Amino acid sequence: MNMNSQEKIIEPLLFEKSVPDRAGIPLPASDVPVTLEESHFPASYQRKTPCEWPELSEPQVVRHFTRLSQLNYSIDTHFYPLGSCTMKHNPKVNERLVLLPDFVNLHPLRPHVLSQGILEILFQTEKWLCELCGMDAFTLQPSAGAQGELTGILVGRAYHESRGEKRPVVLIPDSAHGTNPASVAVAGLSVVTVKSTDQGHVDVEDLKAKLNKEVALIMMTVPSTLGLFEPRMAEIAKTVHEAGALVYMDGANLNALVGLVKPGDIGVDILHVNVHKTFSTPHGGGGPGAGPVGVKKHLEDFLPVPRVIKDKDVYRRSLNYPKSIGRVHGFQGNIGVLLRAYCYMRLQGLEGFREMSESAILSANYLRAKLKTLFPKMSKEYCMHEVVVSGEGAFGPGIRTLDVAKRLLDYGFYAPTIYFPLIVPEAMMIEPTENETKETLDSFCQAMEKIIEESKNEPDKLKSAPLTTPVRRLDEVKAARQLNLKYTVNSNL
Amino acid sequence: MFIPHTNKQKQEMLQTIGVKSFDELLTNIPQSVLRPPMNLPASMTEMELVRHMEELAEQDRLASSYLGAGAYEHFVPTSVWALALRGEFATAYTPYQAEASQGTLQAIYEFQTLICALLGMDVANASMYDGASAAAEACLVAAKHTGRTDILIPETVHPQTRQVIDTYLSRSEAKTRVIQCPKGILDPETLKQNLSDQTAALLFQNPNFFGGLENVQALSEAAHKSGALVIASTYPVALGLMAPPGEYNADIAVAEAQCLGLPLGYGGPYLGLFACQKELIRKMPGRVVGQTEDNDGRRAFVLTLQAREQHIRREKATSNICTNQALCALASTIYMALLGKQGLRHLAHLNFQKAHYAASELEKHGFPLVFKNPFFNEFVVKCPVPPEKIVQKCATERVLPGLPLGQYFPEHKDHLLVCVTEIKTKQDIDQFVQMLKKI
Repeated sequence: MNMNSQEKIIEPLLFEKSVPDRAGIPLPASDVPVTLEESHFPASYQRKTPCEWPELSEPQVVRHFTRLSQLNYSIDTHFYPLGSCTMKHNPKVNERLVLLPDFVNLHPLRPHVLSQGILEILFQTEKWLCELCGMDAFTLQPSAGAQGELTGILVGRAYHESRGEKRPVVLIPDSAHGTNPASVAVAGLSVVTVKSTDQGHVDVEDLKAKLNKEVALIMMTVPSTLGLFEPRMAEIAKTVHEAGALVYMDGANLNALVGLVKPGDIGVDILHVNVHKTFSTPHGGGGPGAGPVGVKKHLEDFLPVPRVIKDKDVYRRSLNYPKSIGRVHGFQGNIGVLLRAYCYMRLQGLEGFREMSESAILSANYLRAKLKTLFPKMSKEYCMHEVVVSGEGAFGPGIRTLDVAKRLLDYGFYAPTIYFPLIVPEAMMIEPTENETKETLDSFCQAMEKIIEESKNEPDKLKSAPLTTPVRRLDEVKAARQLNLKYTVNSNL
Repeated sequence: MFIPHTNKQKQEMLQTIGVKSFDELLTNIPQSVLRPPMNLPASMTEMELVRHMEELAEQDRLASSYLGAGAYEHFVPTSVWALALRGEFATAYTPYQAEASQGTLQAIYEFQTLICALLGMDVANASMYDGASAAAEACLVAAKHTGRTDILIPETVHPQTRQVIDTYLSRSEAKTRVIQCPKGILDPETLKQNLSDQTAALLFQNPNFFGGLENVQALSEAAHKSGALVIASTYPVALGLMAPPGEYNADIAVAEAQCLGLPLGYGGPYLGLFACQKELIRKMPGRVVGQTEDNDGRRAFVLTLQAREQHIRREKATSNICTNQALCALASTIYMALLGKQGLRHLAHLNFQKAHYAASELEKHGFPLVFKNPFFNEFVVKCPVPPEKIVQKCATERVLPGLPLGQYFPEHKDHLLVCVTEIKTKQDIDQFVQMLKKI
């Protein structure tokens, strides 16, 4: 891998390969009789110093990015058991279809007569999401889960205000994702945290104590971030509704429920769906995703505009929703991502979805059963699509979950989500998804067993892990203290 | 689909778990809500799906387009997506385990560097959802940083960007105020009358929604004089020729960077840029990658300044953003690397020249320019017949002539916003002008 004469560099930066005046991709010469004249474009409006982009040939660029790609672990190359992230197979056909020239060329402001194909896809996607989630209406506009949360909270807030109620508080269990409280803050509401029981469920008594007329909604992740289905869900929903508040479901873990349970049937009023998790769209190294939001009938009028409607067999974008919270995307959302989700729904059908969720649950419980002997502090309940273990008491002295995670990389596995949920000490959240073979799950458990042995017999190996990745463990403190966020010849800032 | 377990293996797994049937695993779920009926279409095979999607796509086939208004048709070299969609990039997660994610991390570091060079700014983050949400987050940063509440926005900023800003600000202390611009650009004198000691920021778009170039130097000076921040929203391709935000001392630069290698794709996924001066680093939303070293002293890259972010700070984070548009940022990085310094300048020239040629031809044939401001690749013409009628007629030929402005601005009901990029030849433009003339 180390092709550079400088030992300390894995792959030089684009800028280090640049040579002045080297031509990249050629563009045609101008064929119109217009020059850049002073009258058209005053000198004071023009760029004074040229944009110093590197100058490389196409073959150089191709090799550079191909080599960079080889430094990554990915679903296509490795088991990627990242809990709550649902790193499932991303079907290749979807990548081909989304690049069909007629989709690529779709301008977002086209008149509806020239966008019937895409509008039909979006309309059906909303309809089937409603069906799967037990909701009455969906918006596809939010670009990711967190923007979906913001949208859902704003919808809930607008609903209460339309009834003349000011409800400034949102209840959030202490096991929730960080985006939940952050989204509440952007929506101008304040967070009150609800405790969890020792088993990791919502402490219903604590919830009841905190429930009052100030509360706009409760944000629940179902199944929870501990991978457990809330046993008192029906009671929670009933109590919350009786207090006049709404139940918001963070759909990050929906992969356990599709085809098995409709969130609308268990009292959920609003939910967001991470299509880059449950509906197989690529995570892309951190996006783009999409975070559609579904609501029950009483909240529909508040959804963002434009909405896709069907009017006498003609699909249109409609702005005619005066109670709408407005627009959350410059156009109508991450359509390319939603197109892939549509394809995935078409491939699965109801039976496929059921099989998907059941297989995800089966695989997680299989892992749980095999790991039980290695992790003494495991939850007593069967899990849903992911299993959370605590590293406490499982490893040799002085060895932390972080060390085990890094060592897993050496065994050819991406690490599980670690130190989350916050309420489980030394947590490791493992989500196998429905796609991994029993053989892979077995070898993962074998690796874990070996690593735990190493943690007792060869702790230095874990402390210095990873040993086989392109780079070794990184100095994160240096990164934060001596900020270097862009390349310059002398590399400061 | 995509399930590897055989029936025999399923039985073995249940046995290892210690249950007789799968449903014993679902003890917490009430029977009454389990496996409800659902009205979904039957599953398709890959072969059927391809045919189905091709048929849907074909319905929307187009001959040509002169529609811009925030989403632009530029040529995308084949290598861009051939590389970006490699599974090692596309199917990786956010690079939390840096040792196993150096490819993504180095590419983001390169992206940040390229964006800083483009915009002339100190720092850039790893991307935002789109240009509109980047603008909205910039307004929130400005309000927090200055402790003031007024955000001034000329009406020459894209109306849909303004709508997203209003949604994001609807629940904050900050409020937007829109300044009228009858000349198609913001008059610096009008701005001065609107600035006060409560102005947190001036946000303008350059080139603006009408394609016109704002008098950025004067606007920026005036806003700074009253202690407000300057937020410049810009169009990356234009910066091959135009002064970048850093040259007129913008505090925050944002952009919709769809033009850097991303398809139109009906509005997304696009790419929001967010860059700022170093004073604002710790208030910046979103992820950022920094350079560091590994245990052996090797250069390496890692997510840094995470103490600003939601997974650490929860409700005290600078923003709620988590997933961003990483793969779009990667695609744009490849595009920028292929284009290079000379390519960007040449590309900007081509856009400028073709648009000016089209404007002068349209003017000759009864479609005069509405504004006298300098422009880049987009301009407003007055139509001899209602623009909606032109759109309707052109639709029968599967051509998009531009955007009728009446839907956003009643006073512009006779006006059409036309965009011409490098992909149009002189012949294309001549045919387009002939077509409009006949309507």
